[in-house]
Amino acid sequence: MKQFVSFVRKEFHHIARDKRTLFILLGMPIMQILIFGFALTNEVKNSKIAILDQSNDPSTQALRSELDASRYFDITQDLRSYQEIEGAFKKGKIKMAVIFPANFASDLDHFNTAQVQLVADASDPNVANTLTNYATAIILDYQDRITNNRRLPHTIKTEMRMLYNPQLKGAYSFVPGVMAMVLMLVCTLMTAITIVREKELGTMEIMLVSPMRPFKIVVAKAVPYLLLSMVNITSILLLSVFVLEVPINGSLVLLLFESILFTLTCLAFGLLISTKTDSQQTAMFIALTGMFLPTIMLSGFMFPIENMPLPLRILSNIVPAKWFYYIVKEVMIKGLGITAVWKETLILTGMLLFLLALSIRNFKIRLA
Amino acid sequence: MTTNNTAIYAEALTKRFGDFTAVDAISFDVKKGEIFGFLGANGAGKTTAMRMLCGLSIPTSGKATVAGFDVFKQTEQIKRSIGYMSQKFSLYEDLTVRENIRFYAGIYGKSDAFIKEKTAFLLKELHLEAEANKLVRSLPLGWKQKLAFSVAIFHEPEIVFLDEPTGGVDPVTRREFWNMIYKAAESGITIFVTTHYMDEAEYCNRVSIMVDGRIDALDTPAQLKKTFDVKSMDEVFLKLARKAKRSGD
Repeated sequence: MKQFVSFVRKEFHHIARDKRTLFILLGMPIMQILIFGFALTNEVKNSKIAILDQSNDPSTQALRSELDASRYFDITQDLRSYQEIEGAFKKGKIKMAVIFPANFASDLDHFNTAQVQLVADASDPNVANTLTNYATAIILDYQDRITNNRRLPHTIKTEMRMLYNPQLKGAYSFVPGVMAMVLMLVCTLMTAITIVREKELGTMEIMLVSPMRPFKIVVAKAVPYLLLSMVNITSILLLSVFVLEVPINGSLVLLLFESILFTLTCLAFGLLISTKTDSQQTAMFIALTGMFLPTIMLSGFMFPIENMPLPLRILSNIVPAKWFYYIVKEVMIKGLGITAVWKETLILTGMLLFLLALSIRNFKIRLA
Repeated sequence: MTTNNTAIYAEALTKRFGDFTAVDAISFDVKKGEIFGFLGANGAGKTTAMRMLCGLSIPTSGKATVAGFDVFKQTEQIKRSIGYMSQKFSLYEDLTVRENIRFYAGIYGKSDAFIKEKTAFLLKELHLEAEANKLVRSLPLGWKQKLAFSVAIFHEPEIVFLDEPTGGVDPVTRREFWNMIYKAAESGITIFVTTHYMDEAEYCNRVSIMVDGRIDALDTPAQLKKTFDVKSMDEVFLKLARKAKRSGD
């Protein structure tokens, strides 16, 4: 125990001396949450649009002010003819144009039906899609109000409810994603690097000649990073609850338990890398390509796994972050308990044991 | 034969990696308090032999005891009884002098009282009191090397293994370093040292020279020079090393 304490204390000295790395390790999750929360968002706000109103009557004016009032749009330009539309897009000033034809009001009055045209800049398809959806929703909303007075023969109304995330906030999906990313980075990368560094320095040899058992060395190496991860989890959760207003709907204890499980899996992976490599650069490269990239691409955090081709979908199953991401969403956002995520928890536990067994075996082979 | 006076004893100690025999049936013994030079060209098998004696590698065949413990079965006891200093500089540059001492003493399970008392003594002896709380990074290489040696024998081992301890150190510091080695030997610690510097071989009580995994010569420096009819250990080494078929690491 005395040996172990000495070792852990030494690790903390290393971490505390390297202020820059410590700052990155503790600051990164905060930066990421803030950047994802306020800068990088797939919600579209205050898009500039132009209006070509050839009808100019009370109903088009009402629609116009509805569009302008919504937080999605800013009407920045009034066009006078069709010819001007293309020019406005080419100048890049607008993202969408709304065109009311000349007979809009009379059609609405006489035929009970009228047309409005939405022209969007689809060089960015996602934005174009989102904008036309928002505009359609606003127009339908207006239609609902004016038809309330009249009785239409047959109408089917769709009523949508966005469960668990009624405001469709992006934060609901990136908070779990950032957690997975940060834990990965701190645990896998840092564990791998710190153990390999001892090999590079030659201090590992001294330790192996000492009566301290290899297993203890490895555990002592991991302890500080486990604690750092706990700090990071706490700061991510605090920020998401109090700044981004993403609630923790499920059990906090379960959430922390799953986080520790994932952290341990990452530590075991870092350890495995360290037994396989002898230079810090190689270790960093393997950790980044072997764990970080798959975490970003195949965890479902950035890109939906459901849309991927079959080989990638199968491959995604061996990425621990995929399971952790799923668990955090279920527990934190949906508020489900262990009964809903026991399978995923078992998979993560299996991965942990597998990685751990593999790395301990490798560690011993190196000694023989 | 092992007697009470034997620190290291090896008989036909062999290590094979597949078809390759790294260490080929070496036999020797080192007496307590002796300074034993372990010489050989790169690739001769010195490091492998040393790793076996330190309990890092299990021999393929043969017999050996270190501090009376068997290298096959009692590696844990061996590790407790030895100190080790490698050719790579082995202190942590980003830790202070005091933190380094405390760490290495700690992994040998020494008590806080022991560490405190001995650290004060050691710092005084090395004239490092003023630097105790400075990072090791800021020390000159010679001081670092001396500190590394002091750390290697801090836990009072019976035997200390030094793997090319003076690599890259200037002659004056090397001389001082050897004074420390003599002092340690006088206090009863057995010194097992590998080196590339033949003038250092002259400082040893006895020297063994490994060629291609075997020990080709083992005697006092004076006797070796007489046997090979040359004036310096350098020439002894060259005569033997020229026969080597293996080269490099």
